Amino acid sequence: MMEKVAKGRAFVFGENIDTDQIYPGRFVELTDVEDVAKHAMEGADPNFVKEFKKGDIIVASTNFGCGSSREHAAITLKAVGAGAILADSFGRIFYRNAINLGVPLLVCPDISKVVNDGDIVSVDVESGRVVNETTGATAQAQPMSEYVMNILASGGIKPLIKEQLENAK
Amino acid sequence: MHAIEKILAKAAGKESVVTGEIVNCVVDLAGINDLYLQTVRSFFEMGGVKVHDPSKVIMFLDHYAPASSIVQADNQKQFREFCWDQGIDLLMDINEGVCHQVLADRGLSYPGELIVVTDSHTTTHGAFGAFGTGVGATDLAIILATGKLWFRVPEVIRINFEGKLPKGVYAKDIILHAIGELGADYAVYKAVEFTGSTLKQLSVSERMALCNMTTEMGAKTCYIQPDEITMEFLKEKVTRNYEIVTTDPGYQYAAEHTFDVSKLKPQVAAPFSVDNVADVTQYIGRKVDQAYLGSCTGGRVEDLAIAAKILAGKQINPRTRLVVVPASRGVLLEAMEKGYMKTLIEAGATFVTPGCASCLGTHQGMLASGETCISSTNRNFPGRMGHTKGEIFLGSPAAVAAAALEGKIVDPSQYLD
Repeated sequence: MMEKVAKGRAFVFGENIDTDQIYPGRFVELTDVEDVAKHAMEGADPNFVKEFKKGDIIVASTNFGCGSSREHAAITLKAVGAGAILADSFGRIFYRNAINLGVPLLVCPDISKVVNDGDIVSVDVESGRVVNETTGATAQAQPMSEYVMNILASGGIKPLIKEQLENAK
Repeated sequence: MHAIEKILAKAAGKESVVTGEIVNCVVDLAGINDLYLQTVRSFFEMGGVKVHDPSKVIMFLDHYAPASSIVQADNQKQFREFCWDQGIDLLMDINEGVCHQVLADRGLSYPGELIVVTDSHTTTHGAFGAFGTGVGATDLAIILATGKLWFRVPEVIRINFEGKLPKGVYAKDIILHAIGELGADYAVYKAVEFTGSTLKQLSVSERMALCNMTTEMGAKTCYIQPDEITMEFLKEKVTRNYEIVTTDPGYQYAAEHTFDVSKLKPQVAAPFSVDNVADVTQYIGRKVDQAYLGSCTGGRVEDLAIAAKILAGKQINPRTRLVVVPASRGVLLEAMEKGYMKTLIEAGATFVTPGCASCLGTHQGMLASGETCISSTNRNFPGRMGHTKGEIFLGSPAAVAAAALEGKIVDPSQYLD
């Protein structure tokens, strides 16, 4: 299940970070989560996997996750243990993929202006309140729909569909 | 209501829908590509046993066609076995080509249809008046398990293209221009409709290129109201009954933009973003190591025809590679019959079997560090075709062919009558 409050070091990226940068195409043939985890953000920052610790926070400008529908991009960030992903806006398919996997994704306009790389950031996933604990700055993410919140609270969409299929029997 | 709202309403079994509403829709056709073995895994993880309706599922072995590693081969093997076990007859194996072109060739894309594929460029099917959208593996697995998927009814943006296309300017140029003006995130979560006098000059092939590229402005789906050009194409291909819907008069678009294309120059998107667009004239003389003609955006018969016209009786520059990837088996056959393949191969092109090839950076035409490619595909992200320091310019098939001829970026207009 997801943590209600995520707190960790911020890894800050720019605009239009596409799924090829999050997870390069030449590794899409890999299917085991441990293998997929090794290549997170490799196209944008080859040192990312070495430095990122479970619970750390990814912060980006507009259109994070644009591009391909490859779920690997969401799987790899879940696998490295991203506490939350905050961006001014997200690519549509990436947004759905991450929510489906139970990764907290918050649309937080102008977040990239109040967080610097390396700052310690805490995020209340339910209320959307973001505090930059290094600088004291705050930001407010857009509220998530009840539908999306329900998916996150269930640890992703798979348990919900599983329950639905069992009830239908 | 907008036509695409009517499509969603019908699929949701409702009289009407409104923008922003979340609706659960019966999907008419669900497609899975060979990159997404996770789809099968998610299906079983969710407790799936039998696919809800195998006749509405289509499997494409297109991204790794044919497999170039043991892991890819094993993934494809598992897909084939899944199809056979589940009674999925529409298994498009490695001999078929890119999913979107295969759907068009086989008459599986038609007005009013709700098509969902694990490929972001499913917006292509707006060219046929269908609601096409891309999803990830787990969303597709939900369709396998339940036959349905949820959608938020999108706002619709209208883009009008007006005026006669100048020589050497194609659908690819006008959509690159629009993306450059509006930005790569302009239509995130939204739908795009194309209208205007220019559309009447665009064949179905060109309309597919236009709709395909709306993914690069973030669009969820794309729509062109079917007209006589659409119907002429569908008459040959589609055997089933379908219903054409139209937008109600007075529908309020979320935004409208008009582009006069009559004075437009050929366009290119420079590295590393699809919205980094300029007139080709700004990059004239830039050395090109590889020219790539193919993909669901720019690998159709008309695209190969333009390239053949430019390269007939000539040789590509010896310091350049021209990689040609017909989008589908149907495209390859027609291009062979019409002599385009022969012309291109005689000119020095390297031919690759129909599929996605190096458009997604897995095989068959990868770039080394420091190399430059001009491509008729849809993305120029860092590392898209191989090394992250390989640079991709996007342009029309004519721009690709002309660059292959000269070994550098040139204005393709001068090679056309």
